[in-house]
Amino acid sequence: MSTVKEDRIVLEMQHISKQFPNVLANEDVSIQLKEGEIISLLGENGAGKSTLMNVLYGLYRPSAGKIILNDEEVEFSSPKDAIEKGLGMVHQHFMLVDNLSVTENIILGSEPGKAGIIDYKSARKEVAELSEKYHLEVEPDAIIESLSVGLQQRVEILKALYRKARILILDEPTAVLTPHEVDQLFLVIKKLRDSGVSMIIITHKLEEVKAISDRVYILRRGKCEGLRNTKDVTKEDLANLMVGREVVLTVHKEKKEVTGDSIFNLENVIVKNEKGINALDGLSLNVRPGEIVGIAGVDGNGQTELAEVLMGLCKLESGRIYYKGEDISELTTKQRRNKSISNVPADRHRFGLILPMTISENMVLGFHDEKPYVHGINLALDVIHNYSEKMVKDFDIRTPGVDIPAGNLSGGNQQKVILAREFSRNPDFLLVAQPTRGLDVGAIEYIHSQILKMRDRNVGILLISLELEEIFSLSDRILVLYEGKIVKEFVPEETTDKEVGFYMTGGKKE
Amino acid sequence: MEAFFAIFNTDLLVATIRLSTPITLAAVGATICEKSGIVNIAMEGMMIMGAFFAVIIAYYTGNPWLGLVGGVAAGGIFSLVHAVATVTFHLDHVVSGAVLNILSFGIVRYLMVLFFGHPGTTDPIPVGLGGYQFAIPGLSKIPVLGPMFFNQTPIIYMSFILIVGALFFLKKTKVGLHLRAAGEHPLALETIGVSVYKMRYLGVVISGLFSGLAGAYLSIENAVSFTEGMSNGRGFIALAAMISGGWTALGSFAAALFFGFADAFQIRMQIFKVLPIPAEIFIIFPYIATVIAVAGLVKKSRPPRADGIDFMIEREDG
Repeated sequence: MSTVKEDRIVLEMQHISKQFPNVLANEDVSIQLKEGEIISLLGENGAGKSTLMNVLYGLYRPSAGKIILNDEEVEFSSPKDAIEKGLGMVHQHFMLVDNLSVTENIILGSEPGKAGIIDYKSARKEVAELSEKYHLEVEPDAIIESLSVGLQQRVEILKALYRKARILILDEPTAVLTPHEVDQLFLVIKKLRDSGVSMIIITHKLEEVKAISDRVYILRRGKCEGLRNTKDVTKEDLANLMVGREVVLTVHKEKKEVTGDSIFNLENVIVKNEKGINALDGLSLNVRPGEIVGIAGVDGNGQTELAEVLMGLCKLESGRIYYKGEDISELTTKQRRNKSISNVPADRHRFGLILPMTISENMVLGFHDEKPYVHGINLALDVIHNYSEKMVKDFDIRTPGVDIPAGNLSGGNQQKVILAREFSRNPDFLLVAQPTRGLDVGAIEYIHSQILKMRDRNVGILLISLELEEIFSLSDRILVLYEGKIVKEFVPEETTDKEVGFYMTGGKKE
Repeated sequence: MEAFFAIFNTDLLVATIRLSTPITLAAVGATICEKSGIVNIAMEGMMIMGAFFAVIIAYYTGNPWLGLVGGVAAGGIFSLVHAVATVTFHLDHVVSGAVLNILSFGIVRYLMVLFFGHPGTTDPIPVGLGGYQFAIPGLSKIPVLGPMFFNQTPIIYMSFILIVGALFFLKKTKVGLHLRAAGEHPLALETIGVSVYKMRYLGVVISGLFSGLAGAYLSIENAVSFTEGMSNGRGFIALAAMISGGWTALGSFAAALFFGFADAFQIRMQIFKVLPIPAEIFIIFPYIATVIAVAGLVKKSRPPRADGIDFMIEREDG
């Protein structure tokens, strides 16, 4: 397939170590990249993948080891040096200026033109030529914020190619894409490879490794745990190498008959966003006890507003919300929570926890003003303390104590604190948004099993997630949210991610 | 009532231009500063420094043009304090700006006593820039617009040129693009090899130079001496103009014109007493106009995304 000479090594990182003040982020890691090859760096969060790539890209200096590029030892003191030597990086959080045009973003820092004045005409022409050459169609004058995430990623790739990148680092490239966009990205990656660009893909997704890369380096706790040819390795092997123990890849979910009336109903709900546009546009749905209803959708189609309106955090323009047959549309958040409705918010740092406050303070947040956590006007600190210690034990929260700030915990343990607080109130209805965002495989496994446990206790659960895989593995029913409406309902066993993805992007079947 | 309508004549518009010039200059400068990502509330302080040093230099050299250069330079140098504090030392932008404003009062009063032996008003300079009013042949004969734009004093002409210059700088030049990127997504700029710190220093200093010029206008063009308090909150009105102008150079200019108009209007209402209400009431008019403009427009305008957000290059060699 690829039109490349034999196996010339274009890049070698030899025995790289990176010591941060408190952490050894990389320890003696060596990787090789051949011309026109795609390699994956597979590892959990905190395994040191990004650190390694930031060392390569000149953002960090290695504490030990060396980088050899095209048979020449190089030292980068800034990304600028790396770019000049033909490296490009597509960051997970795009390095694009939202209110500038595609052209302006691509040429930024290397603008054509004399005497400090930008020659926009030739810039646009260059961008158009480049996008044609690599089949990365994008409108040169479009403003970034008007583009879909998939197109924005194209601009990032073009930005690197404009700077003549021959080695491209892609950091979690599929994290924010829809299934269809992922397919398109993979096509682009293959075309780039055929034109001789070598690529390093940072990922924690096994699917991605299998689908696209030639070889895979597995990183765990800063060390390289192995190198495999992708075609000779199974997903299970990769997962075990990555985590360092046996992991269950698919959650075991027992099929269960859901009977009974719905516990939670939304009828023709309309909510406006801050721009005055209908973020929820006549949305209706229902959740029955003991079932998990998954909301699938591309970010920005009303997920945030749906979660907020359920909890009474934003204004209901019209429509009704019923809980156990009672109209709760006008109730305050506190009143709703007191009716045994619990909520795991999507942004645990901003809404789930108060990071500078201790674990035990966070553990009673929201009902710290109720018995038995108060004595008169004082907090019953000993009660709170004992309760928190019990929760830490029950939910397997790894912490040196309950009196340290929640911000000191790892993401997975922070999420467990929220789960402990919300689940232990014995809710009848549970709203769970993005429960595993940014968490590693071990934590995801645990959180998924806890959510399923709640389902088996006959709790009605509404799950909002941008991870289609999560929606599929947990839900009993899948509702597709598109532009503030439920456009389609699926049973996970009877559909595919492709089909759901099709409706997520506004597709309609004839 | 006829007397009331008689106020709305060409003179009112000419006065609008004169009164809005210092606001325009400070607001356009501040726009460039905030586009780089540094919040600037210190225009008042920078104007005061500019106004004072313009007089000092003009007084001792006898040359108002050198005074102008001195005033601009003083604004620029004083603004460096803000740049060092916010960019290099990562201090909160509002705190630093507030400190600068307070500092300017103290510095000027101290130097007044040192140079002139008393606070209050300085001795007059021999000749001010106000004496250099000149009509541009031909253009100044156009009705209404002629007197407004083509028969003015030097700094007013400069302000017109600087507005166009600021627009060109922001829209068409490489550095302008870099500066805007620094205020929107600094990391994106840094990772392609352009220093965010440099762009932010540049933004702050440009704002200092513009505010210094605004100060010089007040003291050596619109007057011939420096008086404590002569800036009279114009730096803050410039802040309001920048915000209600939506953080754009043209918008700031338009808002400054509106505030200048409000001021010109209230002066006339006080002098001519054409309405049967106490004239003093109108003193508050420009300030009310400011409040209404900011409250009404601020929701619609979008500041640069990284405006006021500290940028630290994370590169520890540990």
